[in-house]
Amino acid sequence: MSATVDTALDNNTQSDHEHHGPAKGIARWLFTTNHKDIGSMYLWFSFAMFLLGGCMALTIRAELFQPGLQLIEPEFFNQMTTLHGLIMVFGAVMPAFVGLANWLIPMMVGAPDMALPRMNNWSFWILPFAFALLVSTLFMEGGAPNFGWTFYAPLSTTYAPDTVTYFIFGVHMMGVSSIMGAINVIATILNMRAPGMTLMKMPLFVWTWLITAFLLIAVMPVLAGVVTMMLMDVHFGTSFFNAAGGGDPVMFQHIFWFFGHPEVYIMILPAFGVVSQIIPTFSRKPLFGYHSMVYAVGSIAILSFIVWAHHMFTVGMPLFGELFFMYATMLIAVPTGVKVFNWIATMFRGSLTFEAPMLFSIAFVVLFTIGGFSGLMLAIAPSDFQYHDTYFVVAHFHYVLVPGAIFGIFAAVYYWLPKWCGNMYDEALAKWHFWLSFVGMNLAFFPMHFLGLAGMPRRIPDYALQFADFNSISTVGAFLFGATQLLFLYLVIKTIRSGEKATDQVWEGAEGLEWTIPSPAPYHTFSTPPEVK
Amino acid sequence: MSAESSYYVPAQSRWPIIATVGLFLTLVGAGSVMNASSAGESTGMSWLMFSAGSLIMAYMLFGWFGHVIQESRAGMYSEQMDRSFRWGMSWFIFSEVMFFAAFFGALFYVRVLAVPWLGGEGSNASTGELLWPEFEATWPLMTNPDPSLFPGPKALIDPWHLPLLNTILLVASSVTVTIAHHALKDGKRTALKIWLLATIALGLVFLFFQGEEYVEAYRDLDLTLQSGIYGTTFFLLTGFHGAHVTLGTIMLIIMYFRIQKGHFDKDNHFAFEATSWYWHFVDVVWLGLFFLVYIL
Repeated sequence: MSATVDTALDNNTQSDHEHHGPAKGIARWLFTTNHKDIGSMYLWFSFAMFLLGGCMALTIRAELFQPGLQLIEPEFFNQMTTLHGLIMVFGAVMPAFVGLANWLIPMMVGAPDMALPRMNNWSFWILPFAFALLVSTLFMEGGAPNFGWTFYAPLSTTYAPDTVTYFIFGVHMMGVSSIMGAINVIATILNMRAPGMTLMKMPLFVWTWLITAFLLIAVMPVLAGVVTMMLMDVHFGTSFFNAAGGGDPVMFQHIFWFFGHPEVYIMILPAFGVVSQIIPTFSRKPLFGYHSMVYAVGSIAILSFIVWAHHMFTVGMPLFGELFFMYATMLIAVPTGVKVFNWIATMFRGSLTFEAPMLFSIAFVVLFTIGGFSGLMLAIAPSDFQYHDTYFVVAHFHYVLVPGAIFGIFAAVYYWLPKWCGNMYDEALAKWHFWLSFVGMNLAFFPMHFLGLAGMPRRIPDYALQFADFNSISTVGAFLFGATQLLFLYLVIKTIRSGEKATDQVWEGAEGLEWTIPSPAPYHTFSTPPEVK
Repeated sequence: MSAESSYYVPAQSRWPIIATVGLFLTLVGAGSVMNASSAGESTGMSWLMFSAGSLIMAYMLFGWFGHVIQESRAGMYSEQMDRSFRWGMSWFIFSEVMFFAAFFGALFYVRVLAVPWLGGEGSNASTGELLWPEFEATWPLMTNPDPSLFPGPKALIDPWHLPLLNTILLVASSVTVTIAHHALKDGKRTALKIWLLATIALGLVFLFFQGEEYVEAYRDLDLTLQSGIYGTTFFLLTGFHGAHVTLGTIMLIIMYFRIQKGHFDKDNHFAFEATSWYWHFVDVVWLGLFFLVYIL
């Protein structure tokens, strides 16, 4: 085995190390240093995790279709909510954006590849192993982690199943992958731009990823720190989160959310970037307020470090803490408002067309804003005491993550897929995908607002009769949304295999370096830097 | 910004996937060692997995770095590549800073907030009364809220003996590594080797004393991982620091062997520079530890 590998690698090195085409077979994917290959692997991996996490969500929704315990045991229900959250956050949304970054950033800044191509490959390959480890806990004695994706101590320490150890090491692997990926993105953006591509000329997708990468490097180590503390408490008798030894379980929440709040921006900022690329194209107008967009993203990122305790208003903080975190959180509405205003102002008096990327982007602007407003409601500390840990919170973060992050990813895939594979996608099918997703997702998540305000707690497999109607509507919506994603899978495969040839420009209003190269993008782009005026 | 006319994209590499397998086996092995020993089961197979993973990791590090060194010495890297490495190392060190920040943050939180609250400070009088009415909040915390579960330490490490000596050693080593760096830039190879060896020696002596201190803590002072929040934060902060000094020392030793082989010249020695950045970083962390863990 190793001998064949050696020769394959040597041949490659000898033949031409600057313009080598893709290798054959599995070796291409295992050993690749090509940003497009790695980007594709990230995107496919992400989609597989999206389906897996989606199946878990549907298991949850199926159980909640009717009151009473119908299908699964409460223990298993808890494992499903935990794994659904972890897989969607770390396995679906984050890798999808890293995949987009891999494909797009080098093409957008005029670089031949990422700055550190071998490390790029390592960042990717860690992920399938990490998730194999995480998912394998389902089949281990004691069952998978069951303490929720936020893994609060002492549920995740004193009362955790044995598999928490593998969960911790899985999180370590994901962290290593994310940090290396982020370092690569920053080095690429800071060091690999073509001559003339000044920072303030960079496409917004690149800007948002630069800031996202900074957030990742700043907070993934803190996540590594907090899971290490858990590990020590579980196996080595320390008392970080045990008050009997002078520690504090609430401290877990502080450290976790110091990671967790920037993390939610890590999942949304690249989507802001995507939407900021797409809306100008289909409005046939330049983006309104480019500079203010950049500053707004920067402000959001800075503020994200000082708002974490708004996730824990009810744990018993001093009044000063409640007030500080309440006002700091509300401040985030200002730069976010700037962004929403700019997107709308870009569309204002534009000559709009509504292809699939634009539909997803407009839905993003509207529905993400709904999620933002429910976030503002949750930010009001005294009211949060009412709906903390209810389905209102579930509705809120699914509104920012599904029509926010995930619609952003869909929009990006439709927008750049013709550039990636050289074929146009089927617009009619894409519109079906959009509308069914739109209806399904709203049906699934909008009733959760009412459920939460009426008092239904999150993370329970059974509920009072009064919540029955909204829950069944929500389940129907969830299954509609889930099934629709198979249509998306079919559509993507169909586009890769066949379809009308895409032009180099693809979209008539599109601007940026990626539209100046052929469709499909050649295996190596920009081996000499392009001139940017 | 790039002004280069062409750019080096490395060919396919098998190191990343080897690294992944190594990392996976190491971590899964470590996890199952912990689980098996906590459950009182045999850990033989788990240790085997852990060792196999670690060996693969070591093989990978030698191979991957060796490959990069070969490429570098073959002159395949441009100035741009050099800058990418610099950005990479800088941001890696920043991520390490944030890792330590989590543990320093935990120390701050328990000292300033959690322990006083357990003692009834602020609006927590009834918490103290209901949970552990005997408990008195002090720092360093010598008697834990529940001494039957977490017996406190008998005494603490005196900061003005070994820790002070260690501070001097480590600060001195930061100076010697800088002198070595200047010697390298001036082309004085003998001075470079001497000062680098001095740095390595200082690092090793530091580690030896740190080991001494741990032995003293466990044997004489009952200051252990299990002795409540003081021992918890003490050992985790100093332990992770010690692990970083160990890694830094290994890096310095590798730099020494590379210099022996004639690597590096006046302008081209980023590996050395990166190692010295890392060394200064562990030095700064130590100063934080000395003041915040030992003295205050």
